[in-house]
Amino acid sequence: MSLMANWSWNVQNPEADWLAWLYDYNSRLVIIGAILLGGAAGTIGCFTLLRKRALLGDAISHATLPGIAIAFILANHFGFSGKSPVWLLLGATLAGLLGIAAILAIRKLTRLKEDAALGIVLSVFFGLGVALLGIVQQIEGGNAAGLESYIYGKTAAMSRFDVQLIGVVGLLGIAGCILFFKEAKLLCFDEAFAASRGLPTTWLDVGLMALVVSVTIVGLQAVGLILIIALLVIPAAAARFWTDQLASMSCIAAFIGAASGGIGAIISATFAQMPSGPTIVLVCTLLFLLSMTWGAKRGIAIRAIRRQRFNRSISRQHLLRAVYELGETTTGLSAANAELGGGFSQDLPRQSVSFDEVLRKRSWTKHQLSRVARWAQRQELIELIGDEIRLTKRGMLKAKEITRQHRLWELYLITHAEVATTRVDRDADAIEHVLEPEVIAELEQLLQGTPGELPDSPHLLEVVSADVTDTTVNERGS
Amino acid sequence: MKQTFGQNSSNATSVSSLIPLAVQDLTVAYHRKPVIWDCQFEIPPGALVGIIGPNGAGKSTLLKAIMDLVPKASGVIQVFGNSFRRNRHRVGYVPQRESVDWDFPVDALGVVTMGLYHKIGWFRPVRKKHRDLAMQALDRVGIADLAHRQIDQLSGGQQQRTFLARALVQDADLYLMDEPLASVDAATERAIMDLLNQLKLQGKTSVVVHHDLQTVPSYFDYVVLINMRIVAHGPVDEVYTPENLRKTYGGRLTLLDEVAEAMRRRERSL
Repeated sequence: MSLMANWSWNVQNPEADWLAWLYDYNSRLVIIGAILLGGAAGTIGCFTLLRKRALLGDAISHATLPGIAIAFILANHFGFSGKSPVWLLLGATLAGLLGIAAILAIRKLTRLKEDAALGIVLSVFFGLGVALLGIVQQIEGGNAAGLESYIYGKTAAMSRFDVQLIGVVGLLGIAGCILFFKEAKLLCFDEAFAASRGLPTTWLDVGLMALVVSVTIVGLQAVGLILIIALLVIPAAAARFWTDQLASMSCIAAFIGAASGGIGAIISATFAQMPSGPTIVLVCTLLFLLSMTWGAKRGIAIRAIRRQRFNRSISRQHLLRAVYELGETTTGLSAANAELGGGFSQDLPRQSVSFDEVLRKRSWTKHQLSRVARWAQRQELIELIGDEIRLTKRGMLKAKEITRQHRLWELYLITHAEVATTRVDRDADAIEHVLEPEVIAELEQLLQGTPGELPDSPHLLEVVSADVTDTTVNERGS
Repeated sequence: MKQTFGQNSSNATSVSSLIPLAVQDLTVAYHRKPVIWDCQFEIPPGALVGIIGPNGAGKSTLLKAIMDLVPKASGVIQVFGNSFRRNRHRVGYVPQRESVDWDFPVDALGVVTMGLYHKIGWFRPVRKKHRDLAMQALDRVGIADLAHRQIDQLSGGQQQRTFLARALVQDADLYLMDEPLASVDAATERAIMDLLNQLKLQGKTSVVVHHDLQTVPSYFDYVVLINMRIVAHGPVDEVYTPENLRKTYGGRLTLLDEVAEAMRRRERSL
């Protein structure tokens, strides 16, 4: 390939070059083509990605190469122009379909799995294609110089016809995705249910594959067969970071694909002989990285923030429980609670506890504790009076709820899971924060507790032994 | 029941069209390995039916074969006296929860509206009235407040309820459910059983693949015991006997299994 050898920056007149695409009719055409291609590939890619067929597109695109070479040879032989895209793309389509047929045949006739079938077809067809290209180069008068642009993509080689083809196929592809949106969504999510409702799942799959093949074929000139898979996978994968709805995911993927195509084509048009496929893919990758880090639903940043919030809420809950339990032991709050028939009364005097007491109860450093206390104070769960921590009304209610969940879980572990009591506290610490209401309800039923009632801590038997149920004592003894 | 009579104008076929499900001589084979041999049974209308059998006994395959989701080697299936294809709209299917990827970009309400796609028809969008119907179905399974939650944020029990709501929204007359009670919390199990009993009161028939032998007598009024072939089928108090359970679960390698295994080995050696 002489491609890399004479790959050079066109720097004679940089200012003029940067905006050259604006004035040049051909460049504009190419850029519009790349935008349409990216948009269509992004939309269709969402469905193949969710159908878990993303790599099938890669196998198809590689399988097209021998078709291109053979079409060139035949066209030359019969006296047509071997460079005419009609013949070449027809050859590519036939070879791509043959590739799909080969994959299906391998799966049906042997016990090989799909990934093996994909790998075999991809490499064998591509190898055959490269070998045929080598032969083609030696045909006299054939002038096969432009054929390798189908491998890496070369927008400069695109004709008006190529762009029109991309336009027609791209718009048809997007229209197909819109018209069959419901059905394709159901097929990708739950094939068995779709079939049970009478949806022609096989035909929908064939239609989806047809869209993938067509986008691959028309994208060969712009992006090249090695990298077209990037436009089918990356925009869709990037879009998933931004949304939890398929409709918006398709729109975002279309936008990312179109933007990659457009920007990549502009860069490629600006620097002479810069292959367009790689530039488009690099732009696409950049957008993917942006989505991966800053995506609003699943990006790394938002998840780190969520995790931090969760950790903070756990620390706050630990603090609330510590203060509540300290108050319980020091002032006989539990006894007062019991007198009131187990119900919690807001009229009880607010309990305040010193920093040192909390530090003795929890393995926090003083610095950690004051940080947690500040968070809790900001949420008006506690008041800080000098060295004392005092629960607010809101904090008291919350603390009671948390302590209750913690103890229900502890009781469950002791009575049902046969865990040594000494290990209970740590396990309960980790799990109580993720208990869902329905699990709590289940725990209540299992332990025959009444909703809202606070069981005593199994650790505090010395203090409130009279309140502990018989089963707990027995289990502890065993 | 009334519904069934109302929909059926000719009285001549009314007897067979009352039977929600009749299976005759059903044999299913995967890669020529028989999974179900020669099954034959009928389900009475309005029954709550448990399909009971060990792992790999062909319970899920039986449901799939009824709905033409797997090719039959032989056999005739009648749903309300007609082929499944004809009466597809009267059958609601709840697949196994593990059969789908819950990471899919859709919320609970979106999953339930999928049950209406067929009714909405090709090329037409989901409208507010459809979403309202889906909302009602979610309300019936008790998770209307989670309608807009992304499905991978739902607990296992909530996911199962979502699947159930998707079948309910179809307003079918026969429900086929694949392990709806597998690995769900106790609250969900109670909610689902309440719902199945409600369906029964409405005269609807439910066929439920079930794995917990203890709860069978209290949950179902009709059972089909299956282990590749039908061991027994009938009302629970007649059929659900220790003897029949031993036949269903006892001795993994019955003669039938051995023959099947031998056939499979022979097939592989070719």
